[in-house]
Amino acid sequence: MPSVRVLLFASYADALGASAIDVELTPGARVRDILSSVLARSGAHRLPPSPMVAVNAEYAQMDDLVTERDEVAIIPPVAGG
Amino acid sequence: MRTALVRLPIDVSALLGEVTCPACGASSIFLGTVRELNEGRAVQGIDYTAYDAMAKGQMDHIAREAAERFGTEHIVIEHRLGFLALGEVSVAIAVAHERRAPAMDATRYIIEELKRRVPVWKREHYADGSREWVDPTRTYAELAK
Repeated sequence: MPSVRVLLFASYADALGASAIDVELTPGARVRDILSSVLARSGAHRLPPSPMVAVNAEYAQMDDLVTERDEVAIIPPVAGG
Repeated sequence: MRTALVRLPIDVSALLGEVTCPACGASSIFLGTVRELNEGRAVQGIDYTAYDAMAKGQMDHIAREAAERFGTEHIVIEHRLGFLALGEVSVAIAVAHERRAPAMDATRYIIEELKRRVPVWKREHYADGSREWVDPTRTYAELAK
């Protein structure tokens, strides 16, 4: 089964105990499907139900398609400056 | 126009020198610094981390937007990462323009957009030895629970 690399940061990385995880990719998978898989993981109850997601370092929409060449990231509330 | 994520102290006068130009009648600078109290807790320093590739990309987008909106290419944005002690500069924005109003408006636009969009996170180190990720979406009431 192909998979996609999902990056985690800050409090989300702490919650899931990893800074990156591989998520199985079904054909035609969209951002919302990847997010559902991540939110089903152990520790993910500490994440909000609909966090921001980026694909290839740009903010993504829930129905954007994802392929195994993409880099997905779950983005905690940003706190720069 | 230039943006950067940096791990060494930001040289503010170098940034001012970089943006100024003979046609520019105004240079505006914004500095974000580490403050000693947040939500009533004594802070000893802040650890900044980022999704580097995306943070750089978002800073580039914001600089380009500000250039188009306010009519100047003389823009530099630097955000520092790593551990910063009290008073250190975490972000510096320098803008030069022919006129003062667009110089200041562009500076304000950039810091507001940066705080809204650039994936940088900070973990505050408190005087009591504890550490916490800062979540600006949590209200003070939630934090106090």
